[in-house]
Amino acid sequence: MSNVLASIMDNVICGNSDLNSPIRKGQPGVKELVRQALEEGIAPQDILNEGLVKGMDVIGKRFKANEIYVPEVLIAARAMKAGMEILKKPLAATGAKPVGILIIGTVKGDLHDIGKNLVAMMMEGAGFQIIDLEIDVPKEKFMTAMRQYPDAIVGMSALLTNTMVGMEGNIQAFREAGLANPVIIGGAPVDEEYARKIHADGYARDAATAVEVSRQILGL
Amino acid sequence: MILIGELLNSTRGTIRRAMADKDENCIQELARKQETAGARYLDVNAGAFAEKELEYLEWLIQTVRKATPLPLCIDSPKSEALALGARLAQGDSILNSITAEEDKLKAILPIVKEYNAKVIALPMDESGLSDDEEKIFFIACRLIERLKKEGMESERIFIDPLVRPISANSCYGQLVLNLLWRIRKEFPDVHRVCGLSNVSFGLPKRKLLNRVFLMMTMACGLDAAIVDPFDQILMAEIRAAEALIGQDAYCMNYIQIERSGALDTIG
Repeated sequence: MSNVLASIMDNVICGNSDLNSPIRKGQPGVKELVRQALEEGIAPQDILNEGLVKGMDVIGKRFKANEIYVPEVLIAARAMKAGMEILKKPLAATGAKPVGILIIGTVKGDLHDIGKNLVAMMMEGAGFQIIDLEIDVPKEKFMTAMRQYPDAIVGMSALLTNTMVGMEGNIQAFREAGLANPVIIGGAPVDEEYARKIHADGYARDAATAVEVSRQILGL
Repeated sequence: MILIGELLNSTRGTIRRAMADKDENCIQELARKQETAGARYLDVNAGAFAEKELEYLEWLIQTVRKATPLPLCIDSPKSEALALGARLAQGDSILNSITAEEDKLKAILPIVKEYNAKVIALPMDESGLSDDEEKIFFIACRLIERLKKEGMESERIFIDPLVRPISANSCYGQLVLNLLWRIRKEFPDVHRVCGLSNVSFGLPKRKLLNRVFLMMTMACGLDAAIVDPFDQILMAEIRAAEALIGQDAYCMNYIQIERSGALDTIG
């Protein structure tokens, strides 16, 4: 692997987004390194997969193993995003498509977005395009997005038991409307058993697992 | 400090099992022991049973009632559960919680009036949760004024400035401290309460952060908290803090607790 790609991966992991970030202050961060990689003529797709995504994969594994904590995931995601900003245009110019699309939101009545944001960040870090419907999302809003992106995976989360129960009605409504998008659910009160009971296509106990489950569903 | 014992909560595995098995002894022992440990209210939550919440809440409250007359803090986002709880608890209950959302107010205020209940009030409205101190403070003031206009005495209102994880935003701790300080200044007779443990989500050694944060919030005007009264270090620190912020006349309570031997293993 090229030196600069390894360096991008390394700086995503430690959360050095750019020259001015407080981490490794004064040293080039992901932003500068992605620019450098483009100047060296490396294909944008390779910069994404071999640099940014690989770095976020390491973060996901460490987070899942409880080796790192939420703020460390957040600064890594911020560094990854700084790289994506630079990479977006060149990547689009090559006609490359995202590996998948994720429609995500917390269910109606639920305002707790920290877990949902972590999932969105890890999925973006894995190369997914994110359609973030934010919080307190009524089923109709999910369905509008599902019609617009029929290939997208849908991620629903809830932190409270009484909002969690809305997931069952949501999935029923999706299927009755003929929307077949795979649905992954998560959140503190949610478990594997509940996911099976309400016919969700997947359960993710944490943000790293959400990436794994989505890749499985898409056969990646 | 007004301590609300947090242990009778169905989202904790052992309690959920005890409730599912209708294990009266387990529940009643936990109720009595929390009272002995210093709880002035007992939080009761049956939310983990989802559609069967009301049924289990009824059993939980009736079971606790046979063990102790301590007032309860009815913990549910459902107004039907709050109504049922207030009726069964027989007086002086705290309803947890109400917000500045109009439909919530409409649903819960009649229950407050019917049972002369107290409430935990969360300063959030239809626009959801804000990160802006001025906005939260404004909503808190408006909510308190509204509750008073509906006939509630200040002493029956517990405002909760909404503790969020510092792992998500490093400013969330300071935000709570500022709000507590300002709310106390504006409404000295309104109680100030927090669910503290949220502050440490996503970080290591959560108990350490929770305990230090409790001390800081007490210094900024927190006068009620939902806690684990069996946590001896936490309880000792609360007693020490009360002495330090002038809530323990002549430090007599602190001295007595030391003489009882309860602090022997601590500092």
